[in-house]
Amino acid sequence: MIELRGVGYSYSGDALLSDISLTLAPGSFHFLTGPSGAGKTTLLKLCYLELKSTSGQVTLFGRPAQEIGRDGIARIRRRIGVVHQDCRFLDHLPVLDNIALPLTVAGHPPEAHREELGELLAWVGLEARARALPPELSGGERQRAALARAIVMSPDVILADEPTGNLDWEMSLRLLTLLTELNRLGKSVLIATHDLNLIRQAKTQVAARVLRIRNRHLVAAGADL
Amino acid sequence: MTRLTRRAQRLWRLVWALIKGDPRADRVVPPTGFTAWLTLFTAGAMAFLAVFALALSLATGRLADRWASELAQSATIRISAPAEQMERQTEAALRILSQTPGVAEARALSPDEQRALLEPWFGADLPVDSLPIPQLIEVIEARRGFAAEGLRLRLRAEVPGAVFDDHTRWRRPLVRAAGRLRSLGWVSIALITLTTAAMITLAANAALAANAQVIGVLRLVGARDTYIARAFVRRFTIRALTGAVAGTLAGMAAIWALPSAEEASGFLTGLGFAGAGWLAPLPIPLLAGGVAFWATRGAAFRALKDVT
Ligand SMILES: Nc1ncnc2c1ncn2[C@@H]1O[C@H](COP(=O)(O)OP(=O)(O)OP(=O)(O)O)[C@@H](O)[C@H]1O
Ligand SMILES: [Mg+2]
Repeated sequence: MIELRGVGYSYSGDALLSDISLTLAPGSFHFLTGPSGAGKTTLLKLCYLELKSTSGQVTLFGRPAQEIGRDGIARIRRRIGVVHQDCRFLDHLPVLDNIALPLTVAGHPPEAHREELGELLAWVGLEARARALPPELSGGERQRAALARAIVMSPDVILADEPTGNLDWEMSLRLLTLLTELNRLGKSVLIATHDLNLIRQAKTQVAARVLRIRNRHLVAAGADL
Repeated sequence: MTRLTRRAQRLWRLVWALIKGDPRADRVVPPTGFTAWLTLFTAGAMAFLAVFALALSLATGRLADRWASELAQSATIRISAPAEQMERQTEAALRILSQTPGVAEARALSPDEQRALLEPWFGADLPVDSLPIPQLIEVIEARRGFAAEGLRLRLRAEVPGAVFDDHTRWRRPLVRAAGRLRSLGWVSIALITLTTAAMITLAANAALAANAQVIGVLRLVGARDTYIARAFVRRFTIRALTGAVAGTLAGMAAIWALPSAEEASGFLTGLGFAGAGWLAPLPIPLLAGGVAFWATRGAAFRALKDVT
């Protein structure tokens, strides 16, 4: 569904990423790891076209990225749920409206999905915070809300950037369980994380591939994972 | 034909979507207080000015037309001569006029008519017959007009007491001025429109810049450009429309409240709307709304170009 072929990227001057090849097929489960500043977030941005690769070929749902117009990008983003590292909420709207935002902008009235929204909110443990504004949430609550927003459209691909950075171990496991369940439904999942324990735990549940960014290149992680 | 109706339908759907609105879509973009007031105020003030420019244009237009038609149609010949020559010179003048191409009618005023003309100044029992008052000849011009200079020369040669007054001398520059004033009115309206567009573009740019983060998030969760643009366009169009309605009404009220005077007292009292002319300012709010629509739309799509 998402395919990168020999992709390179540089913000300015030196290349940050080069010759990256990656295929997110339906039902695949990937971890992406690497030191801070290696380019994990950048790689995810290339996948949902917030950034355009400076070399190589990105293909989304069978269409070359350079052929996708602005409306096409909007439609494709409805099929890719992203948990952003910095969450990216609208701070003037309550949590519930933020979670429903992908529905709203796609023209689906959230009222029609009240039940699902309620369940989703309950699942991430934010029922009591539904009316709160995002700046009033704790770091962990924000990440849970971000996850809820990422999956509200029932996307084909889920890209999660450090989704457990602020979560306790129990909550991290719940999140992992949700993502593996979605993966079993055929969704493709990619998690960028530093949390090696999470990766080890996941490998007991699903057949996950672990990739690491090293010296600008994407390599398979060592046997310790 | 079908393409035209399709276009009309599309335009109508656009307008309808704009009027009906989507409260939820409106809410995703927080309002920016000062841009709201700037737009409202600009549209109001500009509409107020536009009403005056329009009134000026219409009034001077009416004036110019009236003056031009009067001036084109009539002239006067005044004959001052000793009493015994008066009749002969009048006849001579009438004869010349009857031979002049372009004169539809020439007629010496009767003593009664002359008395009626002088009555306001000298009272009813003026002995016109015994006073050396000049004889007046009214000349009505045919549509194609006559050569005034040729007529003047002939009169000077054959009727020494005749003074030819074709009104043109003093009115022609007035007509030119009125015409110029009318064009200035239209130029003012064009300038007002451009200024409104510029101010609303500035306000929209400020609102778009203040909401850059919001716009970025909306794009990331899959909003199309038109969805984001519409939230801004709708807001600015409605503000401009509201402001312009208020400004137009205020301008019309101000003109209506101008102290009225006799028609004859001239130009200033002509500054107003006559009859159906009162409908003329009604398109001003629509113009303001249209200007706001296109200015904001342009600003929004320009701003969105920098957001992935
Ligand atoms: N917009 C930008 N302009 C210039 N440089 C940038 C920009 N965004 C990121 N960088 C740089 O690119 C490098 C990679 O950033 P990126 O966010 O992809 O790293 P990361 O692997 O996600 O790190 P972390 O684990 O800390 O989240 C960093 O050195 C960062 O400073
Ligand atoms: Mg990162």
